[in-house]
Amino acid sequence: MNREAFQCLDLRSAAAGVVSGDFTSRELVEAMLAGIIERDPAIRAFVHVDADDALRQADAADARRGPGGGRLNGVPVAVKDVLNVAGQPCGCASRILEGYRAPYDATAVARLRREGAVVVGRTNMDEFAMGSTTENSVHGPTLNPWNHGRVPGGSSGGSAAAVASREALAALGSDTGGSVRQPASFCGCVGLKPSYGRISRYGLTAYASSLDQIGPLTTNVRDAALLLNIMSGRDPLDSTSVPDPAPCADDGWAAAGLKGMKLGLPREYFGAGLDPEVAWAVRAAADACAALGAELVEVALPHTEYAIAAYYIIATAEASANLARFDGVRYGRRADGASDPYDLYTRTRAEGFGAEVKRRIILGTYVLSSGYYEAYYRSAQKVRTLIRRDFERAFGQCDAMLAPVAPTAAYRLGETTDDPLKMYLGDILTVTANLAGICGLSVPCGLTDDGLPVGLQVLGPFLGEERVLRVGAAYETARGPFPEPHGGAA
Amino acid sequence: MTEANESGAMDVAYVARLARLALTPEEAETFQRQLDHIVGYVRKIGELDVSGVEPTAHAAVLSNVFRPDEARHGIEHDVALGNAPRSADGQFLVPRIVE
Amino acid sequence: MKYLTTIGLEVHVQLRTRSKMFCACGTGFGAPPNTQVCPVCLGYPGAMPVMNEEAIRLTVMTGLALGCAIPAFSKFDRKSYFYPDMPKNYQISQYDCPLCDGGAVEFESGGQGRRVRMVRIHLEEDVAKNMHFPSFSGVDFNRAGVPLMEIVTQPDMGSPEEAMDFLLALKQTLSYLGVSDCNLEEGNVRCDVNCSVRPDGQEELGTKTEIKNLNTFKGVFHALRHELDRQVDVLESGGRVTQETRRWDADQGVTYSMRSKEDAHDYRYFPEPDLMPVELDAATVGEWRAAIPELPGARRARLTAEYGIPGYAAGVIAADRAVADYFEAAARASKNAKAVSNWVMTEMLRLLGERGMTIGNARVTPGALARLVSLVDSGVVSSTAAKDVFAAMFESGGDPDALVREKGLAQVSDASEIEAIVDRAMEENPKSVADFMQGKSAAAKFLVGQVMRLSRGKANPKLVNEILERKLGAE
Repeated sequence: MNREAFQCLDLRSAAAGVVSGDFTSRELVEAMLAGIIERDPAIRAFVHVDADDALRQADAADARRGPGGGRLNGVPVAVKDVLNVAGQPCGCASRILEGYRAPYDATAVARLRREGAVVVGRTNMDEFAMGSTTENSVHGPTLNPWNHGRVPGGSSGGSAAAVASREALAALGSDTGGSVRQPASFCGCVGLKPSYGRISRYGLTAYASSLDQIGPLTTNVRDAALLLNIMSGRDPLDSTSVPDPAPCADDGWAAAGLKGMKLGLPREYFGAGLDPEVAWAVRAAADACAALGAELVEVALPHTEYAIAAYYIIATAEASANLARFDGVRYGRRADGASDPYDLYTRTRAEGFGAEVKRRIILGTYVLSSGYYEAYYRSAQKVRTLIRRDFERAFGQCDAMLAPVAPTAAYRLGETTDDPLKMYLGDILTVTANLAGICGLSVPCGLTDDGLPVGLQVLGPFLGEERVLRVGAAYETARGPFPEPHGGAA
Repeated sequence: MTEANESGAMDVAYVARLARLALTPEEAETFQRQLDHIVGYVRKIGELDVSGVEPTAHAAVLSNVFRPDEARHGIEHDVALGNAPRSADGQFLVPRIVE
Repeated sequence: MKYLTTIGLEVHVQLRTRSKMFCACGTGFGAPPNTQVCPVCLGYPGAMPVMNEEAIRLTVMTGLALGCAIPAFSKFDRKSYFYPDMPKNYQISQYDCPLCDGGAVEFESGGQGRRVRMVRIHLEEDVAKNMHFPSFSGVDFNRAGVPLMEIVTQPDMGSPEEAMDFLLALKQTLSYLGVSDCNLEEGNVRCDVNCSVRPDGQEELGTKTEIKNLNTFKGVFHALRHELDRQVDVLESGGRVTQETRRWDADQGVTYSMRSKEDAHDYRYFPEPDLMPVELDAATVGEWRAAIPELPGARRARLTAEYGIPGYAAGVIAADRAVADYFEAAARASKNAKAVSNWVMTEMLRLLGERGMTIGNARVTPGALARLVSLVDSGVVSSTAAKDVFAAMFESGGDPDALVREKGLAQVSDASEIEAIVDRAMEENPKSVADFMQGKSAAAKFLVGQVMRLSRGKANPKLVNEILERKLGAE
């Protein structure tokens, strides 16, 4: 097999190739590493690749080759820099975690390893998953493989860019307000945000604990389903993980079509501010679903306009506590010459955090502080209830919903740097799923005239992943192969 | 402790102290401007009448998620201290705490 | 002017669990620094807490024992403050929905029955230990995350003595419940106290101060005494008490104001998103309630009623659950509970105290003590000799009958044998016999003593008296 053929494998074929002896895991991993060496300098999707370690893992996988080796035996995956992998740095694209080495595996990573997966490298992200562009990184921005003048989206921009450019067969991201779905949309790959609690968060460096979910980024829907199946299920180390059995990764989905399914189009998601090219691509995808037998219905999510405000209050409040632990005492970077602990904290954190993280910590501290808690945090939690009810009502009228992922295709580099609110407002179509705890999938559905990918978002009810994956798989099959990124300068 | 003031404007310098972030004067000024803008926007939620609405703290509905009282070894002492920027005699070091 | 005192307490009690509150690290005391740590209790990125069910159970049991209401819904919150003993720079605690509401402790103080009401009992995680060196401080996270139950009282105490008696009564109850080792040396129980004074006749309470982190009951007592005096002095000299947090310096015997750079205290409580609420159903609470043992007050009353021992003795014995268990086991095997209570209160507790032992590792079994009492009551051994038997059993255990035989301590009750000894004593002490004849009755006592000496304490004193009386009468 040539290098390119390796890089275009789906996960099942890759695993089957290793089991059958068509190729070794070492050959597969070497091909992926070669792709990284060749293409990553242009897009900078990876922040850490330990080739020797990856090849050691590959050799171990080859040694246990056979039916018992696991469903991903010898198959390389990349992980976002926010996940703890034993023995590896886990920098969260932040200066403040300089020098930190994780002493343990995140549960999601452990479950992939249990199936024989090879962790091949760590991908770039917005610092502590705060951002929608992967520009807020101590390593500098990752560039969009489709157009190097554009951002890959964020915060899991490194994972999306790595998968889109075939530097990784699949990657893990995390989605707090759209951080898997939006970069998947911007980079033309598949991204799944599972329902809250579906995949254990143990080992995922927390941004906003009540919203965070780990999700896979893949080249196709079936791969996302397989990774979900492997990673999901109750984890005794995460009290918020749901006990329900993992959704299956069925082969029959695409063939079954969408007959009998009611797909909702939320009115508010097609309103003002939606780029006409994006709207057109998503409507075309909806029509394709109708052609597969689905019935399209319009549904209402009336509290959508309050979602961004509620999201940024809740997410930053939780973040302000979650990030308090980065203080230069137990791990990571520490400011020199501090005279007392107060001084140590303020200086370490001033040096260690980037501007966006500081902004969000200050906002989150403010909304929780004495005199403001009721007006901001508690009100936002109540708005969250209203948004959840919106979805409950709407899912009474449909099985799943179709919507755009983001109002536009990928931003230009630097476009939102000086106007954080503008970047926040771009999250309007994704944050609702996190607030409500439901699942959402991004599947590429078209290109703009500029040649930038557009994603179709499929939203399903809480723990309704099977429906969402079924719709995604059926649509994807009908759509046919999606073009490959051509890269190139702006 | 500052109470909610009339205008509701955020005192960035004070909040940054609460959050243990040292800000340069330039940063303080930029953040003040940006955050005034952002707070002005998020205040939007005040438009909704949410009286009588239960707050949602968790997206999943679970309760009594417990762990049995069993002790297990955690991480090795050397590993724990190996991550520490400064340590001595098995302890993490900080500048002297004055009470 | 006369001043009235108002005192409220926050008592932090380390629960007796094998593992920490939110992770599986051990809770043993005295391990080398930072050897009982893991990603969770070190506040590592990505680590998550999971509730220890046993800690919940022990807290709820305490609440039930103190008459608290157990709300159907309880939750944990994050309390934010930066301090080097805090691994996450927030503490997982409970803000507005604690595990237990209300309740009261009843006890005696100054010979009067008292009742101190509780505000609440909640559960939280303990912090690390800081050690201070000349130019830096060290942090040991072994204790970080150990379950800590916080009992908050109403300001119902009127004197340091009453506060002390309250703490002793609370400690007794907690020990009975087995929820904590209550080992003060190991810092298992730590108190924050609030106190204020006001002139007699004034309705509203005076301005209070808080003294934090007192880890002995004596410290609570002395700190309160000092602080209350200080407040009175301030008022007497025309000043005003400032509401503030103070520290107790046990060496200097003074409280002092805590000054710190932390200008702002804003705990910013919000619901802990990593933990789900606790919603206990009636069956679970009922099951836990059923596991509550008889508490000290009830036991004291029952010991008096059931065994007919005096109230004082019942109080001493009931103060420690294990001692009371021991007493009851021995008393049930004996026909003379009062004698058993005397042995327990005097010899047993004295020897245990001298050796720094607890009754749990005493070698004298309850059955052996009961047998010893019956040997005394049936005249087989004298009470003097019985003390030797007890001491021997305390050292190395054993059966009282065998010890009496081995040591030849059985009482001599054979009249002819005693007659022979009496004759010998009279022969050896003619002067005393003569004194007696001249009406000096004290001389008879001396002669009894001589008989006992010659019999090496074994002669039955009753027989000795009878025989001696008869013989002297015949002279």
